[in-house]
Amino acid sequence: MMTETPLLEIQNLGYRYGQRAACVDISFDLFPGEVLAVVGESGSGKTTLLRCISGQLRPDTGQVLFQTRASETVDVWAISESARRWLTRTDWGFVHQNPRDGLRADVSAGANIGERLMAIGARHYGNIREEATAWMNKVELDTARIDESPSAFSGGMQQRLQIARNLVSRPRLVFMDEPTAGLDVSVQARLLDLLRGLACDLGLAAVIVTHDLAVARLLAHRTLVMNAGRVVEAGLTDQVLDDPQHPYTQLLVSSALPA
Amino acid sequence: MRISTSAADTMEGYNFAYLDEHTKRMIRRAILKAIAIPGYQVPFGSREMPLPYGWGTGGIQVTAAIIGPDDVLKVIDQGSDDTTNAVNIRRFFARTTGVKTTERTGEATIIQTRHRIPETPLRDGQIIVYQVPIPEMLRWLEPREAETRKMHALGEYGAMHVKLYEDIAHHGHIAATYDYPVIVNERYLMRPSPIPKFDNPKMHMNPALQLFGAGREKRIYAVPPYTAVRSLDFEDHPFETQRWEHACELCGATDSFLDEVIMDDRGKRMFVCSDSDYCLARREKQQPAVA
Repeated sequence: MMTETPLLEIQNLGYRYGQRAACVDISFDLFPGEVLAVVGESGSGKTTLLRCISGQLRPDTGQVLFQTRASETVDVWAISESARRWLTRTDWGFVHQNPRDGLRADVSAGANIGERLMAIGARHYGNIREEATAWMNKVELDTARIDESPSAFSGGMQQRLQIARNLVSRPRLVFMDEPTAGLDVSVQARLLDLLRGLACDLGLAAVIVTHDLAVARLLAHRTLVMNAGRVVEAGLTDQVLDDPQHPYTQLLVSSALPA
Repeated sequence: MRISTSAADTMEGYNFAYLDEHTKRMIRRAILKAIAIPGYQVPFGSREMPLPYGWGTGGIQVTAAIIGPDDVLKVIDQGSDDTTNAVNIRRFFARTTGVKTTERTGEATIIQTRHRIPETPLRDGQIIVYQVPIPEMLRWLEPREAETRKMHALGEYGAMHVKLYEDIAHHGHIAATYDYPVIVNERYLMRPSPIPKFDNPKMHMNPALQLFGAGREKRIYAVPPYTAVRSLDFEDHPFETQRWEHACELCGATDSFLDEVIMDDRGKRMFVCSDSDYCLARREKQQPAVA
C-alpha cells in the first residue's frame, strides 16, 4: 500500500516560544489516505505542531513538504503566501475544536458550506446550493435547515457543519484539533463514526490532535505520542496503545479510564 | 503653488478652500496614488473639519485639495441640490474659495456627492467626489484590518459572494440595493459608497474622474476615466438595477432613480426623481414658461 510518495513530509521541525521549546526535532511522513493521531497531555506541543504543519505558524527550523494535487512536492513554508493560502482553501481542511472558530456565525449553514466553493471561483448559485445540500446530507444534517444560522444548531451539528464546510473543496488532507472535545459521549460516538466513514469513502488523509486515546484508537492508523515537545513514541495505533514502550506512553495509557 | 482669491464675500483669515497648502499637497499625493491604482484605498492624514464625521468630511477634503479658482462646484445629497448637507457644503466652499457654484450637472467641473450619481451623463474633464462612510467592503466578512489588506493584496475576493448568496437564500434575489460591491479594473474590490445599485452601471467606463474620500476612516480611492467597473453577481442571478412601475410624477421621466415621498398620514404617496436638477431641466424643457 505504501509504495507511493508521502503526501506530507515533516523534517526536523522545531518551534520555540522564546526560551521555551514547544516542538523539538519532529519528523514524520503521512501517506495518502492515512489517518495519524497525535496524542499527548495538554502543553505537550500537539497544537503548536498542528499549526506549524497546517500553514498557520512558521516553524523556526525544519521543513514541511506537501505533495499537491498536481503531484508536485512543495515546501509549504517556502512557497508564496498566496500559494499557501490557496492550499489551505483547496487541498487542505482544518477542523477546529470549537466550531465557532471554524464557522461563520452570521451567515446560514448553506453559505458556510458554499464559502470555500465561492472562494475558489464558483459563481453559479444553483450549483453551490446543490453542493451544499449534498454535503449536508453526507454529514447527516437536515437539509431543510440549510438557510438557518449555525447558532441555531447544537454543538454536534455545528461540528458536522464545520466538517462539511471543509470537505466541500475535496481536500486530500484534513487537520483536526480535538474535533470531539466538548461534545457529549453519544454525540462524540456519532461524529467519530461519521469521520471514519468519510475518511474511508473519500480516501482522506488526516492529522488528528487529541488527548483522547479512544479517538486515536477508533480513527487513526498510526499514532505519535508527544511529551514536552518531543515525539517519544510512534507506531501503529494498536501497537502503541496495547504495548506502549516509552514510560510516558505507559503512563498515558494507564491513566485512561476504562470505557 | 499659491492660490489667491479675489472674491469679496470669502472669509477672512482662512486659506483658499479652508485647508492649508501642505495638507492639500498631501491629499493630492494620495489622490494621485489612488488614480494610479484604481480601486486601491490609499491612507491619508485626514484633518479635523468644521463639521462632524459622517457629514462628508472625506469628500470635503478631497474637493478642497483639487478645487481651483476657475472651478464650478455642484454639491448634491441624495441627488438633490437643496438638502441640508448639500447646501452647507456648497456654502462652505463658496465662502472659503469664492468659486462659482451651480445646480446644473452640465455646468459643473467638480461635483461632490452623497448617495447618488447625477442622471445627466458626466463628460470628459469633470470630477465627481463621493463622500464615503466606510471604505472597506470586506469589513463585514473580516473584522481585522491587517487581514482585509492581505485579502486585497492577494486578490482573495471569492468569499465576498457569501454575502450575495445569503441574499438569494433568504430573499430569492440579491436584495442589496445600495453600497453594492464592485470590482474596479478587474483587480480591486471597491465599495462604491452608499449610492443605489441603480447608479453602479454609470461608474463603468465613465469619462469623468471619480474620487472617493472617507474622512473618519482616512482613506482615499479613485476610479480614473474610462475604467471598467463590474458589479459582483452570480451566473444564474445576474446583476440587476432597481426598476419602478411609476414614472416621475413631476417630469414624467421613466429612466431615472425615483424617491417615494409620503404626502400625508393616510398613505398618499408620490414618486419623484431623486435628481432634482435632472427633474427641473426636464420640466423646463416641457414648459419653458414655468421656469
